[in-house]
This record gives sequence, C-alpha cells and structure tokens, in this order.
Amino acid sequence: MNKQITRLAVGALVLLSALIVGTTYWQTFAVAGLADRQDNALARVAQFTVNRGKIYTARGHVPLARNEKRKVDGQTYYFRKYPNGYLAPHVVGYSTQSRSRAGIERSQNDYLTGANGDFSSVTQRELDKLKGVTLEGNDLLLTLSPRAQQTAVRQLAGKCGGAVAIEPQTGRILALASSPTYNPNAVEKKFSAITKIRTRGCNFAAPLLDRATQGLYPPGSTFKVVTAAAALDSGAYKPTSEFVDPGYCEEYGKRVSNAGNPESPETFGTVTLAQGLQHSINSVFCNIGKQIGAGKILEYAKRFGFYATPDVELPADAQSPSGLYRKHKLFAPRDPASQVDPGRLAFGQERMLASPLQMAMVAATVANHGVLMQPHLLQQVVSPDGKTVHKVKPEKVRRVISRKTAAALTQMMRSVVTGGTATNLASSGLDLAGKTGTAEIGVNGKYDTWFIAFAPANDPKVAVAVALENQTGFGATTAGPIAKAIVQAVLPQRSNNGTSR
Amino acid sequence: MSERNRELLNLIVVAMLTALGFASVYIARQSVVSTASLSYAAFFFALYLVAHFVARYAVPHADPYLLPMAALLAAVGVTEIYRLNPDNAFKQGLWIVIAVGVFSATLLVLGRDYRVLESYKYLFGLSAILLLVLPALPGFGTTVNGARLWVRAGPLQFQPGELAKLALIVFLAGYLREKREVIAQGRLKDLGPLLVIWGGAMLVLVETNDLGSGLLYFGVFLAMLYVATARFAYVIAGTVLFVIGSAGVYRISGHVRDRVDVWLHAFQHADTSGYQLVQARYAIAHGGIGGTGLGHGTFTAPGSSTTYIPYLNTDFIFAALAQELGLIGAAGLLLVYMLFVARGFRIALLTDDGFSKLLAVGLTFAFALQAFIIVGGIVGLIPLTGITMPFVSYGGSSVVANFVLLAGLMLVSNRANTVRGAT
Repeated sequence: MNKQITRLAVGALVLLSALIVGTTYWQTFAVAGLADRQDNALARVAQFTVNRGKIYTARGHVPLARNEKRKVDGQTYYFRKYPNGYLAPHVVGYSTQSRSRAGIERSQNDYLTGANGDFSSVTQRELDKLKGVTLEGNDLLLTLSPRAQQTAVRQLAGKCGGAVAIEPQTGRILALASSPTYNPNAVEKKFSAITKIRTRGCNFAAPLLDRATQGLYPPGSTFKVVTAAAALDSGAYKPTSEFVDPGYCEEYGKRVSNAGNPESPETFGTVTLAQGLQHSINSVFCNIGKQIGAGKILEYAKRFGFYATPDVELPADAQSPSGLYRKHKLFAPRDPASQVDPGRLAFGQERMLASPLQMAMVAATVANHGVLMQPHLLQQVVSPDGKTVHKVKPEKVRRVISRKTAAALTQMMRSVVTGGTATNLASSGLDLAGKTGTAEIGVNGKYDTWFIAFAPANDPKVAVAVALENQTGFGATTAGPIAKAIVQAVLPQRSNNGTSR
Repeated sequence: MSERNRELLNLIVVAMLTALGFASVYIARQSVVSTASLSYAAFFFALYLVAHFVARYAVPHADPYLLPMAALLAAVGVTEIYRLNPDNAFKQGLWIVIAVGVFSATLLVLGRDYRVLESYKYLFGLSAILLLVLPALPGFGTTVNGARLWVRAGPLQFQPGELAKLALIVFLAGYLREKREVIAQGRLKDLGPLLVIWGGAMLVLVETNDLGSGLLYFGVFLAMLYVATARFAYVIAGTVLFVIGSAGVYRISGHVRDRVDVWLHAFQHADTSGYQLVQARYAIAHGGIGGTGLGHGTFTAPGSSTTYIPYLNTDFIFAALAQELGLIGAAGLLLVYMLFVARGFRIALLTDDGFSKLLAVGLTFAFALQAFIIVGGIVGLIPLTGITMPFVSYGGSSVVANFVLLAGLMLVSNRANTVRGAT
C-alpha cells in the first residue's frame, strides 16, 4: 500500500500548495484592481486611517477639504470635512464610508492617500504600516481661482446649469460650477437632504450631477463659432464673403428660418459672414453648412475636442464627450453627407450636444490664437513634508485653427458684443468677445441658453462658457451676465471699473 | 532527545508565539480588550501541558510534531477569534478545554491498542449514518445558512457531521482492510455494503444541502479505496460517478446552481449571492504581502460590530487571517497544514498493518481535504461550500472532532514507533 500512500500524499500536498498559489494571486496581482472597485467599502474604510491629503484652491488660498481626527474603538480615523463646502463640490467631490467617493477625491485618491510613488517611498510606506505609524497623504492644490469660482457659484444660484472658466494660454480651469449644488458635508449622514433638493426650472434637480462636465445641451448659435472656424480655416470662405439672407435657407426643399416667428423671421438682406456671426443669422450658417458639408464641420469640431472626453482630472465617467447624439449615445456618422443635416448642424441644432466645458474649450482655443491647451484642474501635489511631488505643466493638445482664422474669429466675436446680439454686455474697459446661443429644446417658449466669451479680446486672460436650462429669455440676457461676471472676477480690478451699459 | 521532550520543546515555542499573538492584539486594541487577554497564552499553555503529559503516559512514542502543530493552529484561530470578538474567544476556549479532555480520554482508553476499533466497524458505519441523519430529522435539526446540519440540545448546538466523518473513516478502514483483496479483484458483491452506506450518506447530504461535507466524504472514500485496492480505475470511476451525480444535483438544486454561478462570476453577483465571497477577497487583498498586523485589520465600518463578511470567524476565518497576517502569514499557516499532512502520511507509511495504514490515511486525507475545500472555496479554486477550517475556525464540534482526529493519528504513530523500536 505504501506506493499508493506516497502518491496520495503527493496529491494532497499539491492541493494544499495550490491554496498558497491562490492566496498569492489575491494578495499580489489582484490587489490594485480590487482596491479601486467602487463597492469595496472595506478598502475605503481602511483608507480612513490614512491622514488624507488636504485640498486647496490655487496657491493654497482657500481650503476645500480637510480631516477631522476621531478615535473609534481604539482606532484613529480621519474623516473628511469640507470647509467652504458649497464652493466647489462638483470638483472636489466627497470621500465617505457610505457613498464611496466622487470628484477629485475619487480620481486623485492615490495622491491623497499617499499610495503613489517610487520604490523607496512604497517601501517606506510598508515599513510605516508595520510600525503602526499613521500614513500621510499628499495635499493637492487645484487651479480654481477662489474669486472666479465663488462668482460662478453665486451667479448660478437658483438656476439650472453649468459654468466653466479657463485660462486660455495654460488650460488652467479657474472656475467650474454646476447648479443646483449640494453640501458635500451632508453626503455621509444626511444624504436624503441632498435627494430632496429641488430647483425651479430644472426637469431633474440631480444636484450631484456636474452640469459643467456631464451636462449636455444643444449648443445652438454658440456652435456657429465652430462652423465659422471650419469655413474660414478650410479656406472656403473669408470674413468678407457675402450672403443674401431672405430670412430663411432652403434645405431638402423646406425652409429653415432665422430666429423669431417662423412666419415673419428677421431678414437681413445682403450680409458678410462676419455680420452673419455678429447677428447670429441662421440662414448664413445654413448655407455655409450646405456648402462645406457636415463632414468638414464635424472634423473641426473634433479638433476642438468634441467626440472625446475632455480628460480633466475628474473621474472619466463624470466627463461626457460632446458631439452628435442618437438614442442617448454618442453618434459618429460614418457618412456625414447622407446621415447629418448640414444646415442645422451649422447653427448647433441637429442632435448636436455640448458640455459647458467643451464650449469653454472652444472659446479658449480662439482666445489662445488657435491652439487648444489641455484643460486641467490639478495644479500641484505637495508631500506631507512640503516637497512638490508633481506639478502640472501647460500642455498643448493641438493647433486647431490658424492664427489668422483665430484673429478673424476674435474680431467677429468682439463685434457680437460691440454691435451684435450681446450689446447689453458691453462695458467700457472690458474688451469682451463672445457668442450667444439660444437653443430650441422642443418646448414652446423654453430654451437652453448659452454665452461663451473671452476677454480682453486683444490679450485674452480668461475664456468662459455658461449654459442654462429651461430659460425664457435669450442667451445674451440670461447666460451672458453670468459669463461677464465671471470674466470680471478673473481680470484685475482696474479693468472692471466701468460697468455702465 | 526523546519524542515527548521534543514535543514539550515545540509546545514551549508555540506558547511563546501565542503570547506574542495575544500581546499584539492587546496592544492594537487596548481600548476594546482587557489585560486579561495576556493571561490567555498561559492558560492555553497549561492546557496543552495537560495534553502533553497524557500523551507522555499513554502514547510515549507518538510523533512529537502533531500536537504542537495542532496547538499552534488552534492558538492562531483563537487569537483571531479573540481579535474579532472576545466573547466568542471565551466560548472557543471552553470548547478547546473540552476538546483536550476528549483527546486525553481517547488516548487513555485506546492507548493500549486502538485496533479493537476494527471489530466494531459496522457499529461505526451505522453510527455515522445515524449522526448524519440526525439533523435532517424533524425536532432535532436546525437550519443554519441554508444547510441543515445542526442539532440543538438545550443550550448546545453541534454539528454531528464532524463526528460522523471520524466514524466513517474508522468503518472504511476496517471494512477495506478486510475486503481489499476481493474488492481489488472487482467482485461487485463486496462493493455492495460500501455503496449502500455511501448512497445513504450522499442522499442525506443532498437533503441537508451540506455540499462541502459531501465532497469531503466522497474524496476521503475514494482516497481510502485507492490506497486499499491500488486500483486507480476505481478513483476514475468514482470521479465519473461524482461528476454525474453533481450534474444531476446541479440540475435539480437551485442552491448548487447558485454556488457554481457565484464561483465562476463572483463579481457579477457582488451585491447578492456573491457578496460574501467578494467581500472576502477584498479583505484578503487588503492584507497584501505583509498584512495589516494582528488587530489592525479592517472588518467593519468604524464603530460598527457587523462585519463586512458574514460568518467571518467560522467559514471565513481564513480571510480575516490573510488580511491581518498578509500573504506571509497566510502561506505560513498553509505550510503548517502541509507539514501536518506530511507527518500524517509518514505515520501511514511507517505503520505495518492494513487497518492502521488505512486509518492514518483516512484521517490525514480528511484533514487535508477539509482545509482545501474551505480555503479553495475562498480563493476560488472550487465552488465555495461552508465548512470549517480545521483547528482554526470558531466552532465547538469542529474543534472537538479535530482533536479526536489528532488523537487517532498519535495512537497509530505510537504503535508504529513502538513496534519499530521493538524489532
């Protein structure tokens, strides 16, 4: 029997060693993947024993997230508190036991818990763990300007929409706000209070939704900037190219009217392309669209960042790509000429949807002489001992349009404020360039309204986009003043003095 | 050095490790646990000393490593149970006292010659069946976690299956020793009683939904049959039968289908049927290579007493240990199991009569397979079935049964070494 016993013994020992192999898998290879899973409450709670990094606005002026040390059952925990909780909840997000994490708290969790780093710091961390030393995370400095951010939040209050401000030359996001908003301190224990938030005008209040990055609205006439860019940059048109506007444009044998009552629309007669943008004449852009084709417009839209996640430092699922949508899904037509109505696309209808962040990128690109910079929220990562672990440098995404096209667009957008659809926003000392948008949403008398802008036009310091849901007024009178206020909050005081109309 | 002195030395090492374990739990959780914990190690050492002296008297030549390894495993278990819930550790401690009592009694009663058991083999076979049927009988059994394998007697609750396992091994050892030649020749008639007892046992297991034990008993049966007859074909035939049987059970039993589904796609059922397994993996992964350290693991939300993993201190104690001791500790623990198993098979090799060989093989393989079934279920090698981790898990019947198993191996070992010494 001894032969059989030996064989059986080998078999049993092989089975048991397989257990060591299995355990090794879970404790080495699988670790990173499991720790990142959203339903892993255990890893989340365990990370509350880490003295999590704090979060500040630009240059560390205003604290956005700090810790509250508390002992529970002999174990020290660091629970999150959000001073100035209402300032940037959609950017900072939250880190809770009960409801996982969101925003920067989620996307930058590795920095905040100190789980990043090279071999020596990882080794140090393991040693600290064994010694029972409290692990320290890295502090984050964001790009947000407290003044601009606060202005954006205050201006949006009571409305439904989002606003983004970008520094054109660097891509730094100076303000990113969404309304209705919520108090991140309530997420852990009083979540029902958040779900009860209602705002007049919103179809769904959804305060946790970041309308600035996840909100998708028909861009309406603000999209004419993209169409004009395509028309000029491709060489098909000049700013001085002339159009005859009978008040409508014919497409597929039907009339597509200018703004106003379809029976008696505004009519401008013979106009230039520049005037078409200045007065936001649909028929002009409809004809441009028919001429250059939907494919060309979409090609330029992509160059501006449409059809891709903006790739700011927020969780990827909190950033919606802009573009044509069909059945709630991003729709990239294989043959745009036959699948997309070029005339309507040219003035931002035709199932085109854009986020405020995307339209701010459009404005910023024009402002930065045609070069799109990577928008970013993270400025600097600072280790517990004060050393800079990581500094985000301005990064060029691509040249979208030529310097010449950008200059022409700047002049045209300036004329929108000086003598076009947004004259109500003109003020001496503020050299504002912008574009209005008032998009039909299929409900009579209700519009999603927009204003995208940058200033000062000759040397832009800030580009903004504001989108509001369910408005009864026009872009210039609803979103416009908000955009202007944010611009003024960024620019030095001296250029703000003249606020007369 | 004599066997028993070596055993004593090893026990002293185990006692020091136990003291270290309780001390680290105490340091980590001072605010929750009392200084009394520091005396626990001394208490367990005293308990094992009793077992040691009984062994010195009853089985002087028995293998000197088995008792210290069992003591170590039990100490690791009780330390972790203590860390999770001091009250449970106290109860477990009482069970270990009882287990050491039963262990000593077994050694004392059977120390002269355990082979008398062979003449009672049918009695053991019958009592195994009875013990297995007991929980299924109305009025006796209670259902825990979807499996009906508990018997309630006043305040006590125990799993007769744990003892049935031992009775079955004794029966099989006796029966196979007697019939091994004829069975090897393939006379179906002699397989009859085996199949009858097996059919009965399997039916009861399906009825009680205790799949882990079903797998365990069937595996032990095949292993002993193979060793007795040297016919590998029987193992293959048995495996085929088992697969067909399992497929049948899979078709009729939703319980089994769930288990298999969860095994293959645990993370798709993370919120429902796969919750326990997914949480166990989170817990294990969180430990990483070095572990969080005893007492530093995360098993509950702050301030809560509900563990993320249900049945953490019984079926899933391995997940708790793997988190706090890390891969280093978990692998070490599994190595102790392997050493124990290796010693067990060595005893089977050294002893010279068929009954002793089969008994040692059965006990050792049952021990190995049980560890494999539960840990293999947790790490995903096989579908998860609830079964205790020998010596480590919280649970009275399990601890008592495993100490009896230990006594059995020491009895066989003592005889083997005595005979060898005499010749």
